[in-house]
Amino acid sequence: MSGVMKRMGMIFRAKANKALDRAEDPRETLDYSYQKQLELLQKVRRGVADVATSRKRLELQLAQLNKQSSTLEDQGRKALALGREDLAREALSRRAALQQQVTDLETQHQTLQGEEEKLTLAAQRLQAKVDAFRTKKETIKATYTAAQAQTRIGEAFSGISEEMGDVGMAIQRAEDKTAQLQARAGAIDELLASGALDDSSGLAKDDIQSELDRLSGGTDVELELQRMKAELAGGSGGGQQAIEGGQGRPQAQQQPQDTPRLDKQ
Amino acid sequence: MIVRIMGEGQVKLADSHFAELNKLDDELLTEMESGDAAGFRRTLHALLDKVRELGDPLPDDALEPSQLILPAPDATLDEVREMLSDDGLIPG
Repeated sequence: MSGVMKRMGMIFRAKANKALDRAEDPRETLDYSYQKQLELLQKVRRGVADVATSRKRLELQLAQLNKQSSTLEDQGRKALALGREDLAREALSRRAALQQQVTDLETQHQTLQGEEEKLTLAAQRLQAKVDAFRTKKETIKATYTAAQAQTRIGEAFSGISEEMGDVGMAIQRAEDKTAQLQARAGAIDELLASGALDDSSGLAKDDIQSELDRLSGGTDVELELQRMKAELAGGSGGGQQAIEGGQGRPQAQQQPQDTPRLDKQ
Repeated sequence: MIVRIMGEGQVKLADSHFAELNKLDDELLTEMESGDAAGFRRTLHALLDKVRELGDPLPDDALEPSQLILPAPDATLDEVREMLSDDGLIPG
């Protein structure tokens, strides 16, 4: 006899499990988590792309400044050749200002390059982690599904689930019915063999009739053979053609037939 | 084994005490089924007192599943009967 505290405990646990089951499917949680990781990875990749774009822009600016710098150097040289020291000084001072910018940009470029390398490495690591998580997630999902199926099978066997219990009953009934029919067939065979029951189907033959049938069958075959031989001996090319035309058939008949197999339960 | 008294908390009980507690518990069920409200109240209190006396209380923040659950001391026979009906303790 089950007391109040046992029954309350059982009901409480059953209901709590049900509530939990409804609230959370671990497979969905895993998929959600994977989705979030993919989004994070996407953000990091976007970050890498942004840094790379900035680096490219700096490189273009540097090239531009270097070009201007060499132009100013040329201008200074020409001005000096023409005896215009003032112009040459102006050109060189502008060039010096440009050089300062170039140095600053080069420092920035180096910093960005370092950042880019770090981010690329982080993205690669994150990618590896996300890949590993995906594999693990699929394994966990498969295990969970298998466990669920196993629980259902367990329930079916122990008859906990009503629905499966019904199936179990149906199988039992089918088995009983089969056993009954087998017993009945066995009994009829025995009765027929003993002569206690007449065979009304006419399928059963005594051994004398069987031998007569065999002999008459054999005679028919012999007669047929004779007739065919006569046809061939007196026949024209049409008969040959007919034989050649039929060559494909025996070959086709030799191929194994795909007959359905009936598995015994 | 861990026993929860609804509304009070959990206590840890040695398995050796269960023979004694089961007797009271079965008595409680019989009284509930027969609708003996006075007997039910008396037995419930006796059972709860025994559990409190023999068990060690668990801290409130302990997260341990209870193997057995007992109604609150002020629970009526009808309330307990309702809890044990199909809808159970948690609806749905």
